[in-house]
Amino acid sequence: MPAPVLAVKGLGKRYGLTTALDGISFRVGCHEILGLLGPNGAGKTTTINMILGVLEPSFGSVTIDGMDISTHRCEALERTNFTAVYAPLPGNLTVWQNLRVFAMLYGVPSAKARIEALLGEYDLLPFRNTRCGVLSSGEQTRVSLAKAMLNRPRLLLLDEPTASLDPSSAREIRSRIREFAATSEAGVLWTSHNMYEVAEVCSRVLFLSHGKILLEGDPKTLPAEHGKESLEDLFVAVAREPLSLED
Amino acid sequence: MAARLRRVAAILLRLFYLLRGSSARVVPLFAWQAVDIVLWGFISRYLNSVSSARFNFIPALLGAIILWDFLVRALHGVIVAFMEDVWSRNFLNIFAAPLAISEYLTGLVLFSVATSVVVLAVMVVLATAAFGLHFFAIGVMLVPFLLLLFLFGVALGIFGAAIVLRWGPAAEWLIWPLPALLSPLACVFYPLSALPPWLQWVARLVPPTYVFEGMRSVVAGHGAPFTPLLICTALTALSLVVACRAFLRVYHHAVRSGLIARYSAETVS
Repeated sequence: MPAPVLAVKGLGKRYGLTTALDGISFRVGCHEILGLLGPNGAGKTTTINMILGVLEPSFGSVTIDGMDISTHRCEALERTNFTAVYAPLPGNLTVWQNLRVFAMLYGVPSAKARIEALLGEYDLLPFRNTRCGVLSSGEQTRVSLAKAMLNRPRLLLLDEPTASLDPSSAREIRSRIREFAATSEAGVLWTSHNMYEVAEVCSRVLFLSHGKILLEGDPKTLPAEHGKESLEDLFVAVAREPLSLED
Repeated sequence: MAARLRRVAAILLRLFYLLRGSSARVVPLFAWQAVDIVLWGFISRYLNSVSSARFNFIPALLGAIILWDFLVRALHGVIVAFMEDVWSRNFLNIFAAPLAISEYLTGLVLFSVATSVVVLAVMVVLATAAFGLHFFAIGVMLVPFLLLLFLFGVALGIFGAAIVLRWGPAAEWLIWPLPALLSPLACVFYPLSALPPWLQWVARLVPPTYVFEGMRSVVAGHGAPFTPLLICTALTALSLVVACRAFLRVYHHAVRSGLIARYSAETVS
C-alpha cells in the first residue's frame, strides 16, 4: 500500500472540559479527494487548522507526506497548501503581488512563469494589477485557489472552496481540482456543505459529528447503506440525530 | 539557509509592496519626525536667544529629539509591519505557510532597519539645513548610541506585537502611547539628576537614559563614560531577550488555544 499523503492518527483537541475533536484517525491517499463533512461545530475546521499547524492538538499526530507536523513543520507545510473562505488574501496587495509573496514563502521554482500560468488558468489575467480587496468574492476565491496551487502541493486542503462562486465557475473549479488530483501526486481534503458537489467530486467521505467520525464511505453508496435517499438526507440525519447512526 | 533568507525576503517584499502602493503609508514615516525637528529647532533657537549662559541648546535638544525619534521609528517599524498582518486578517495565510516564527520576526526587524535609517537621514538633513545642527559632531559614539536605541526600539516593538497577539487588535491602542509614557523616564531633554531620587532608580532601568546622559556628556565635551554604556548594553540585550521570549510564549499560547486560527474572525467581529 503506497504511503498516504496525509495520515491523521488519534487526533484530538480539548478546551478545558470541552472536547472539540475526539481522537479521529483517517488517511488521504495519492490522487484521492476525501470529503470531510459535518454540521457546523462538528470539528471540520478544527481538524484543518491542526493539519495546517496553526492549532496544536491535545493528543494524536498529523503526518504530511511522511513529515510529522509537530517536528518538521516547515518541511510538511512546504508540501501543503490551502484555501478557506475565512482566510482571504490581503486586500491591500494586487493579485500579482500576493501571488509573488506567497510564491517566495512556499519556495516556488520559476515563480514568475508559474504565476503567469495560474493567472491564465484561473481567469485572473485581467485582474493581475487589481488589489484583491476590490475583487468580487468569486474572484477573490479564484485568487485564493491560485495561491493554493502555487507550490503544486502534495496535500491540498479546501475549506468550502466554491462557497462564493456562481454555478458555472464552481463547476469549472471542481473540474480543475479533479484533474489536479488525477494528474499530480497529490491528495485533496475537501469540506463543503454542498452535498451535490461532494457526491460529484469526492471518492470517499467522512461524516464528523461532535468531534467524532460517525460514518465513512463512498458518497455514492453511503446514503443507501444507511437507508437514506441522498447524501443530503444522510447529512441532515447526522446533524439532527447522530446517535441513531452510531454503531 | 537560502530558503530561510528567501522567506525573510518574502516578508520584506510584502511590506515594500505596501509602501510602494500607498502614499498614506510613506508620508507618516517622515511627517511627525519632521514636525518634531521644526518644533524643537525653534524652541532650541529661542532658548539660545534668551539664555545668558553660553550653553548651546541646538545640539542638546535637537540632537536628543533626533535620537529619540529614531528609537520611536524603530519601534513603529516593527509594530506597523506586524499590524499590517492584523489589519489585513492575514495571520492564517502567514502562519500556515512554511515560515518559522524567527524568520517572520527577522522580516519585521529588517523592515524597521530600512525605514529607521531612511527617516534618520531625513531628520539629520532637515536639522542641519534648517538649524545648523552638526549631528555628526557627536563623533564615533554615535554608532553605539544609535545601535542601542535601535535595539531597544525593536525590543519594544516585539513586546508590543506580543501584547497585540495576546489581547487582540484593540490592544494596539496600548502600544502607540508607549514612547510618550517612556520619554520622561528616558531623560531625553534633561539630566537624570533632574528627577527625584526615587524616580532616578526607575530611570536607571530604562536603557535610553544612559544614551541621553552619554550624549549630553559628549556635547558638553566630557566624552561618554564607559561603565554606563556597558550597563545600557546589558539592559538593552536583556530587553531584547525578554521581548523575544514574550512573543514566542504568546505565539505558542495562541497556537495551543486556537487564537491564531480564530484571530481573523475576531478581527472581523
